[in-house]
Amino acid sequence: MQVLEAGIGELFQPPDPNAFREWNRRKPKALVEKVMSEQEAIRRFVFDGAYIGTELYGTVRCPMSLAREVVRQGFKDLRVAGQGVMELDLWLAAGLVKKLDLTYIGLEVYGVSDALRREVESGRVDSVTEWSNASIAWRFKAAAMGVPFIPVRSMLGTDTLKYSAAKVVECPFTGEKVCLLPALVLDVGLIHVHRADKYGNAQIDGISGFAFEMARACKRLIVSAEEIVPEEEIRRRPHRTIIPYYLVDAVVHAPYGSYPGEMVYLYERDEEMIKEWVEAFKEEQTARAYLDRYVFGLRNHAEYLQLIGPERLAAMRWQEE
Amino acid sequence: MGDLAYNPTELMICVASRLMEDGTTAFIGTGIPMLAAMLAQRRHAPNLITIFEFGGTGAILTKLPRAVGEGRTFNRAVAASGICDIVETAQRGFIEYGFLGGAQIDMYGNLNSTVIGPHDRPRARLPGSGGANDVGSNCWRTIAIMRHDQRRFVPKVDFITTPGYLSGPGARERAGLAPGTGPYRVVSSLALLGYDAESKWMMLLAVHPGVTVQQVVENTGFVLLIPPDVGENAPPSAEELRILREEVDPGRFYI
Repeated sequence: MQVLEAGIGELFQPPDPNAFREWNRRKPKALVEKVMSEQEAIRRFVFDGAYIGTELYGTVRCPMSLAREVVRQGFKDLRVAGQGVMELDLWLAAGLVKKLDLTYIGLEVYGVSDALRREVESGRVDSVTEWSNASIAWRFKAAAMGVPFIPVRSMLGTDTLKYSAAKVVECPFTGEKVCLLPALVLDVGLIHVHRADKYGNAQIDGISGFAFEMARACKRLIVSAEEIVPEEEIRRRPHRTIIPYYLVDAVVHAPYGSYPGEMVYLYERDEEMIKEWVEAFKEEQTARAYLDRYVFGLRNHAEYLQLIGPERLAAMRWQEE
Repeated sequence: MGDLAYNPTELMICVASRLMEDGTTAFIGTGIPMLAAMLAQRRHAPNLITIFEFGGTGAILTKLPRAVGEGRTFNRAVAASGICDIVETAQRGFIEYGFLGGAQIDMYGNLNSTVIGPHDRPRARLPGSGGANDVGSNCWRTIAIMRHDQRRFVPKVDFITTPGYLSGPGARERAGLAPGTGPYRVVSSLALLGYDAESKWMMLLAVHPGVTVQQVVENTGFVLLIPPDVGENAPPSAEELRILREEVDPGRFYI
């Protein structure tokens, strides 16, 4: 196949399905307990320069307790992919990000991310490769399929493609141009779920975003869960399992792990707290004060929940409609 | 005007809402499209199938969503899946309308939501494509919702985040995009606009109440096609305003 057009964006990790197969072959398949604290999970599996990603999007099912622990431990030069809006905003504000596979970092109804603006416009993020939302998810899907690329019909004809690392070829079947997205394998992925057992079998209620695809595209996967349930509960409803245990390296118990974001059917997002975040992150100095108060000044997620307070958390309880 | 006074956002929501037909599929993004869809479901389109990017299909919108993934986007929905399923559904040709926004739009409906200035050292780094490129590439007909001024309606966008008609007639197909797709309408703060079938150039269809054709022309940074029969959009009706204020956004989150 002849390449007709190639994006000039940096490809942070060229696809290597054979190496990924070897990696996956070596991953333990035994049912062993993987429950640990967020400090231990982040310390063991994240490293400086890691290619790291989070799932889901906006203020929904965000692995916030894990994202804060990454900031607390101060990893540098992260290469970041994914679509976590609050998590990535947090890491940008903390100055941890060196390279970005970027599809969208903004605050939805509250507009642009000032942390993104500061870090990219100053050049502190030294490389930004553009993608669409589905393209990032499809890149995970290609990795999950164990193939080097996936053909899609997004991005064609645009600067999004030009500044991506995709390629355009003539389809050998239709003769039309098609966009090829390179498989994306993360060094480490962070996903927050409703429930998991001690082995890492994980279930999600409501929409599953791109958890299915991303979980299968990580060399190391840390799952945080609102609830750790007995293995029997997973086995009773196995069709609900999005992430089977063998993909998972660490299981972290994180009640209110998505706060101040939401967790469908459990708690809603805390609008006042999100506004406080948005306001604080407008300037570097106030962002630093926010991080001191909510991240560096606390030892762990349990202390964070104490600071927020049980009454406030209880008030966020999900309202059935 | 009395009780029928309304603000520009309310008018844009109503004009966008009237474009949503009953019994069809619409890909809904954050902001005005959410309010327009909710208004449509409560007024003329009870069977409007809302589709939200991260997995919600067919929600009955009872509370206004504030994010495209939140629980409200699959409230009493028919399915809750994930982003690959949703965008693949668009890629297979199932989604009729897609709603988009952006910082800049040109005469071919190309949209920029990525950068102002050069990509590698931007004057302003904007959020990026998000789902916009997927919507603009794969939905049959896309509707852009934009404030209308010369900074936003520009001869050339700084960055084509989302494809409109690209460089003109036939360009989408030449790039490999699915035939028969492309920009359909623009709901701006001054008017409703469309595209000439032959030239794919943006064309004024109807001005908002109290707005002149001249005002639209002056606020557009490129030559706009002006047909002889420019219409006028009806102002929000009492019913539209009541639903919008009492049921859709009683907390005045957007309006």
